[in-house]
Amino acid sequence: MKPQYIIAVIVIAVAVGIIILTAGDASTYVNFGQAQQMAAEGSTTPIHVVGQLKKDEAGQIVGLENSIDKLSFSFILVDDSKKEQKVYYNEPMPPDFLRSEKVVVIGGYQGDQFIAKKILLKCPSKYQEQKLDEGV
Amino acid sequence: MHYFIGNLGHLFVITSMVASLVSAFAYWKNLNVADPLKQDSWRTNGRVAFYIHGIAVLGIAAILYAIIQQHYFEYHYAYSHSSLHLPGQYMISCFWEGQEGSFLLWMFWQAVIGIILIHTQRAWEAPVMIVFALVQAFLASMILGVVIPFADFKIGSSPFILLRDAMSDPIFKINPDFIPKDGHGLNALLQNYWMVIHPPTLFLGFALTLPPFAFCLAGLWQKKYSEWIKPALPWALVGGAILGLGILMGGYWAYETLSFGGYWNWDPVENAVYVPWIILIAAIHVMMLQKNKGTALKTSIILAITVFILILYSTFLTRSGILGDASVHSFTDLGLSGQLLLYLLFFTISSIGLIIIRWKNIPSDEKESSVYSNEFWIFLGATVLCLMGFQVLMPTSIPVYNKIVELFGSHSNLAPPANQIQFYSKFQLWFAVAIALVSGTAQFFWWNKMDKEKLKKELLTPLLVTLVVFALIIAIAKVYEPTYLILTLCGVYLIISNIKFLTVSLKVNPNLSGGAIAHIGVGLMLIGIMFSAGYSKVVSLNNSGLIVNKEMGTEFNRDNLLLFINETKSMAGYDIEYRSENLELRKKKGFVRKNDIDPTSDPYKVVANKNIVYQNKKLYSAKDTFEVYPENTFYEIEMRRNGKVAATLYPRIQINPAMGGFLASPDIKRNFGRDIYTHVSAMMTRDEEPNWGKTEEVKAKIGQQFFVNDYVAVLEKVERVDNIDGVQLDGEDVAVKAKIKLQGEHEVFYAEPIFLIRNRSEVGRIPSEVNDLGVRITLLNIFPQTNEFLLGTNARQKDWVVIKALEKPYINVLWLGTGVLMIGFGIAAWRRIRA
Repeated sequence: MKPQYIIAVIVIAVAVGIIILTAGDASTYVNFGQAQQMAAEGSTTPIHVVGQLKKDEAGQIVGLENSIDKLSFSFILVDDSKKEQKVYYNEPMPPDFLRSEKVVVIGGYQGDQFIAKKILLKCPSKYQEQKLDEGV
Repeated sequence: MHYFIGNLGHLFVITSMVASLVSAFAYWKNLNVADPLKQDSWRTNGRVAFYIHGIAVLGIAAILYAIIQQHYFEYHYAYSHSSLHLPGQYMISCFWEGQEGSFLLWMFWQAVIGIILIHTQRAWEAPVMIVFALVQAFLASMILGVVIPFADFKIGSSPFILLRDAMSDPIFKINPDFIPKDGHGLNALLQNYWMVIHPPTLFLGFALTLPPFAFCLAGLWQKKYSEWIKPALPWALVGGAILGLGILMGGYWAYETLSFGGYWNWDPVENAVYVPWIILIAAIHVMMLQKNKGTALKTSIILAITVFILILYSTFLTRSGILGDASVHSFTDLGLSGQLLLYLLFFTISSIGLIIIRWKNIPSDEKESSVYSNEFWIFLGATVLCLMGFQVLMPTSIPVYNKIVELFGSHSNLAPPANQIQFYSKFQLWFAVAIALVSGTAQFFWWNKMDKEKLKKELLTPLLVTLVVFALIIAIAKVYEPTYLILTLCGVYLIISNIKFLTVSLKVNPNLSGGAIAHIGVGLMLIGIMFSAGYSKVVSLNNSGLIVNKEMGTEFNRDNLLLFINETKSMAGYDIEYRSENLELRKKKGFVRKNDIDPTSDPYKVVANKNIVYQNKKLYSAKDTFEVYPENTFYEIEMRRNGKVAATLYPRIQINPAMGGFLASPDIKRNFGRDIYTHVSAMMTRDEEPNWGKTEEVKAKIGQQFFVNDYVAVLEKVERVDNIDGVQLDGEDVAVKAKIKLQGEHEVFYAEPIFLIRNRSEVGRIPSEVNDLGVRITLLNIFPQTNEFLLGTNARQKDWVVIKALEKPYINVLWLGTGVLMIGFGIAAWRRIRA
């Protein structure tokens, strides 16, 4: 067989492999219920959950706990299906965390705790702002 | 209100679009009329129209810059991206902070390149300029800002829109002529010199992918199937260099300014330019094959077109808002997604269509190339590059895939890989290994016919040298990870084999050395990346051994470190100490401690309360008034090794609600062997009244020593004062001030509490705080009979900051490799330009 054909076959195999592995390594957007079920079934792949911070009637954020050494914190996230979940994050609280409208947590369940490996914050963007700055 | 300048700008935008369309039409006529005289006049028309287009683009840029520079805040662009206090050099960054300005930048470069082509490529002028003019027309449409009447459809987003038309703030209903006094300001992360030069470089790189595309289309159209390569190749080479440089500048900016701990994050926005660059490199290689050996014509055509289409795709990804949740720093949707998609599809479909029509007539390679030929290895390398790009393109396109599934009425919840860096690295590492092996080996086949025996002889010395160098590197740098060992070995092999080629080629023809130098650069970059990324070490590792979260029951590695002011923590061979909060000086280079200055009514001006010394140099005397940048706080972090100061770093924090709250930038101490990198991850807010502990009382005489919060304190003197903070006391009132000396860890502080009797009976006490020590002292009472003074002392939690510090070994090898790669590109391009 000519080396060109061997290489062509390898190239196709690598390309197909890339597609399969991409699909395999891709994470998914789920809610906490689904995430818990996945964890119960033994899945350890990190997943994305989109939610909002839990607030009381007055609009105050509740359930926020900062560790004593300020190096980690936990909070309560309400997902799209209104399920509440305590999320633990092993990093200092980002200073703009409380202002965020939407929080995407990436991680998974360990027992009853949801451990976030990464947090993405959706803050009110300046582009969407329709009001002028105060005091101008 | 300055209406005229905006209207003029808008007129220029419309002119630029119309002129580019006219130019395309004229050049098309030039190709399609039979009469030679008419041909000439149509060509002249095409040129004039393109020149008008170019002048209009310059006009738009000049007017937009004037609006920013003159602070015309009635314009949305000036208001949103600039402010009165913005330093002059960053005024230019405002220009491309917005989408409109960056489209403009892209258009500007392409107009410049188009004009160069008009004057240098007579034979190709008409067909190439048609492609150019059409691309320019599409770009101009993005900033057109014209609403089609009746259909209520807006084309493009104009940079000259007035603030009142862009925002619905109620003030404009009351007073339509309202002009804000100051602008919104430029994102602090963009206030960096790299942000002044990175965007122009990157967009020049974007623009440079257009000539190869245009020449290729022109070649297909005019049935000059292989002739297009010669004029296209120098552009492709320059493009490869500039685009690569632009990408790396972006990486360097991220390393210096963003706090994610590195120069490359595999963020979709980064991937979107990485892929076209990789494919461009592949295209350059096969184009050179075609030119030198006459093979791989079809591949050259496909790749030259793919590069430009990928640039358009990347534009679509980053500007349409489709990345949304997936990326941290893509532009927000300006409502241009439809237009962007049209732009992408127009050029994709028309170029694919042209290839299909001409496919049968494009000559194929006559013979298969042998394994012992240069062509084989170069082609193999290009194939690996394409796969490398493909691997990144697939996951980056997941949001697009979700959208397409949605279009067909179904739902897809695929998300990008959770750990991007790990995911991409594990693939790209092996592609890099393959690239190093293939391109290292390819050099042995350059000169003459090779066979098995000869190859063995040629390979022997370089392989031995490679092994020796490799052994030295791992012995010195202590690399043990198997995958990193393989990458290092291949990188060294790539460098050595190219050095061998370089020594030979320098003797024969120095002009041929570009390729070898570029490949040596790549080898250095691979090794630099391997060390700086693979062996990046967290210095601030918290090894206190405490189980921090009891509910968890597991011990975490804490990468962050809580530092109290003036308290040393030791870890990873360093003593780390947080010393002070600082502001940056505006007129001189350096920082000033916040404790050493007092505010004035102007936030940009402060008064020194003692001599200001920075790095053993006295910058200002006490009582001097000088200017600072009040927005940014710099935390002085001292790192010592064996008692000697290894680095004093000033990581930056900007609290700016208008810009999304909290912006952290690292500070980096650069050494040859390693960089020490640190950034603030959390800090105390001074908005709330601190929690003072219980008051402790102490009775002291003058000169007596006592302890305040474990610091040695001495009551030095008590004296009568006539005014308090510049306010003269009334005749009857009596005030005394105590002066208490406190011995801090590094310096001496004075607390000066005041005891005041007004109207003979009312007692007032003004306590004095020493910020650094976290103590407050109040003069509670005076006992004239015993010459004693009663002092009340309170302590609070000391000032703190949470930091993360990293050590990045041999990152300079990466920057060195980048430089070498650019030199190689430069030599190769220069040779082709002269030819």
